[in-house]
Amino acid sequence: MTANHSKDVGRIAYLAGENLLTSTALFCFVLLVGLAIFGHWLVPFDPLLSNASATLKPPSATHWFGTDHLGRDIFSRVIVATRLDLGIAVLAVALSLLLGSLMGACAGYFGGWTDRTVGRVVDTIMAFPLFVLAMGIVAALGNTTINIVYATAVINLPFYARVARAEVNVRRSTGYVEAAKMAGNGEFRVLAFHILPNVMPTLVVQASLNMGWAILNAAGLSFIGLGVRPPTPEWGIMVADGASYIISGEWWLFFFPGAALMLAVFCFNLLGDGLRDLLDPRRAT
Amino acid sequence: MKAPLLSVNGLTIEFRSRAGTVHALEGVSLRVDRGTTTGIVGESGSGKSVLAYSIIGLLDRAGRVTSGTIVFDDRDILTMNEAERDSIRGRDISMIFQNPSSALNPIRTIGQQIEDVIVCHRLQSSRTAYDAAIEMLARVRIPDPTRRHRAYPFELSGGMCQRVMIATALSCSPQLLIADEPTTGLDVTTQAAIMDLIREQTTSRRMATMLITHDLGLAAEYCDQIVVIHAGQVVESGPTKSLFQHPAHPYTAKLVTATPTLDTRLEDLTSIEGGLPDLRRELPYCRFSGRCSRFEKACNEAPLPRIRIAEDHFAVCRRPV
Amino acid sequence: MTPHLEVTDLRKLYPVGAARGRSLIKRFFGPQHMLHAVDGISFSIEQGESVGLVGESGCGKSTVVRLISRLIDPTSGTILFRGHKIDDIPARRFSASPYRRDIQIVFQDPTGSLNPRYTARATIADPLRRLMRMRSRRDVNRRVSEIAEMVGLPIELLSRFPHQLSGGQRARVGIGRAIAVEPSLLILDEPTSSLDVSVQAIILHLLADLRRRLKISFLFVSHDLNVVRLLCDRIVVMYLGRIVEIGCARDVLSAPGHPYSKALVSAIPSGIQTNTTRGHLTGEARSPVDPEPNICRFFGRCPQGSDRCMREEPVLRPVNADRLVACHFASET
Repeated sequence: MTANHSKDVGRIAYLAGENLLTSTALFCFVLLVGLAIFGHWLVPFDPLLSNASATLKPPSATHWFGTDHLGRDIFSRVIVATRLDLGIAVLAVALSLLLGSLMGACAGYFGGWTDRTVGRVVDTIMAFPLFVLAMGIVAALGNTTINIVYATAVINLPFYARVARAEVNVRRSTGYVEAAKMAGNGEFRVLAFHILPNVMPTLVVQASLNMGWAILNAAGLSFIGLGVRPPTPEWGIMVADGASYIISGEWWLFFFPGAALMLAVFCFNLLGDGLRDLLDPRRAT
Repeated sequence: MKAPLLSVNGLTIEFRSRAGTVHALEGVSLRVDRGTTTGIVGESGSGKSVLAYSIIGLLDRAGRVTSGTIVFDDRDILTMNEAERDSIRGRDISMIFQNPSSALNPIRTIGQQIEDVIVCHRLQSSRTAYDAAIEMLARVRIPDPTRRHRAYPFELSGGMCQRVMIATALSCSPQLLIADEPTTGLDVTTQAAIMDLIREQTTSRRMATMLITHDLGLAAEYCDQIVVIHAGQVVESGPTKSLFQHPAHPYTAKLVTATPTLDTRLEDLTSIEGGLPDLRRELPYCRFSGRCSRFEKACNEAPLPRIRIAEDHFAVCRRPV
Repeated sequence: MTPHLEVTDLRKLYPVGAARGRSLIKRFFGPQHMLHAVDGISFSIEQGESVGLVGESGCGKSTVVRLISRLIDPTSGTILFRGHKIDDIPARRFSASPYRRDIQIVFQDPTGSLNPRYTARATIADPLRRLMRMRSRRDVNRRVSEIAEMVGLPIELLSRFPHQLSGGQRARVGIGRAIAVEPSLLILDEPTSSLDVSVQAIILHLLADLRRRLKISFLFVSHDLNVVRLLCDRIVVMYLGRIVEIGCARDVLSAPGHPYSKALVSAIPSGIQTNTTRGHLTGEARSPVDPEPNICRFFGRCPQGSDRCMREEPVLRPVNADRLVACHFASET
């Protein structure tokens, strides 16, 4: 029994060693997701509780990340904000991925008017500086969190549409697509069950890389006052609040939320790289 | 007997890979004489290209020569430094590749590519190199060479691209031409024209040619002597006629009967069971033993003998046919 | 008896000159150039017959394969399958037609024609589910195992992906997929050209065996004349979208009638008998774009040639009981 156990551990260690980067990223990802789900119950202080007598305290044993200008514990706020930031990013990317790939895949496969229409829509979106467009959408639809999700999803559409279109176009005339038609698959089945499974890995990798960017985007919008409103803890708002205190030397207000942002983006980028390797069936032994 | 132009002796090459060490070549020995064409015949994966690349000095970085010598014109290529090898490559030893359209640089005109080689080795001015390039294009029978000089590879057919590659390879009058599957993927009429061109150049320039192919029929027509390789080992070598009339190694015999000609009947066409052995494993003395119908335990108990079948015709086998 | 397949005056033209990229003026007022991929061919395949289709790249054989299998639509001409017109069913809807099952293709490049994300089992099962309406997993698996045995594929390899299989094994999966739905006409598009000679014979024997047992008709497309001779009863030689010769395979290859067929046969490496006078085809093939209507397509490359070849395009004509040749010189012999 012990022999088998150590053999399994050995194998896992080998796989982990082979993909060290992915394993690290996976670990961080699991940590972030864990914090997002359980963060609320794990934090020592109430993130919304202000304490006028303990404002702008530097990091200490009680307040690991210090307190902000309203006396709130920064550590608790950073942890709790994970759920919101991650949630916005995941939702936005998922929406974008779904809609964008669908549009792009149809454009790439059917060509003709479908391609031209999708092309025009994508061109229109890309004609705007994307962040400005996001601002415009949030301003138009209303200053709520869900609208940040929609805005981020829309400005990300072209990205997926183009990748999906290119990937599908390349595979449109391959042998296995012809074989799929010979096997009795109609146009939609060919696209959905034969081409898309091959295109998915590329798109998933793009999605993962995109997550980091989506988090930054949401944080950016909050930074300028659109979307998430105080006192809700969110990394972007916290950095914005902390910005005004840089000069006076209270660095811990912006530093820790900024570091959290950086860690999350970094983690998703690494994950994307690793996922690409893992999802390629050619790597299976 | 004159000294051969190229003499490979006991060449053994390994590759380091994630999955272990790949024993690509083992104890390969052969000789190539001036004015002759030697065919290297074997299945895909048998190590023919590794052999070619090691001769021209383009072996992948993961490859290691663990023993043997490659003597070209009385100098051992393996002991040369990078600068010496660079000066030989393209000038004394040239190579043409499979898939001519992708072997040429797509963003340079074909004339420029020929001139590049000339200028690099002969250090001629660009003016005379231009004339030399036109002359080479005419030599390989590309119609309208002055106009085609400005053409890009994508504008030419596969056969034309291969002619351009031959022109590039022959531009500095090499002593040895290595042709690695030069006609795979080309139409049969184009194949005939290209091979006839190579043969004509070989005899007229007193050049030596090494033809690497998996097509035994092609080798039979164009080569003076044939070396049969299986899983990195030379199993038989000899003059073409002798090899075909008396194939001694079981692998050669099976290859001969597996290659259809205009007279073969379907019932007579044979195949060879199994596939190439996994070169990462510990291998027996005879790497063909797993697929050989004449195999006996004694075959793998000691290194294989090299048996003389006829004049210059040898087989490496304990139980030749 | 009605032929199994009958093709009459089949034509496939493609617009060239990048219609999209041209200026508006050119698009509306300039002439539209057309590439004549297949330019009026007619031939038939009898029940149980094996017909070889040979010619070089650019002759239109791949287009013929796709026209007959209805992957693309013809520009004009008729295709009769068992007496029924199938050319008027649009390619997009052919997957749903009852004839889909009856005409199948064994593709050329086993690597490109197998979906990298489908196991061998899934690849063979797909047409069973789509065309034979097999629903239960048990039935499908049973039939897949039957097929695997028929094509000599070990059962344990069925759960592997294409990149885990050898060239010969992939070829078997491709054949298995094609015969799984019991087609009556099998089109083989260069099935052994990417295989080593050591494996080629096995596949050829397998195909010959399957043809005998399942009584299928073959359309065998290849550039390798030796292989065609082994498996085919009749041979059709194509050049630049036209048929230049039709006849019994053995006879055409031993005594070709058309100069192009002669060139093809003499180009085959002839073994140790060297010094065969080989007439090389000079120059390059004529362009298939907007071909001149009154010149023989082979003129200029042909070792023979006369004034008549420049004025009049030769028609496919019988030169004896079972040979048709399209050449002015052939009918004169």
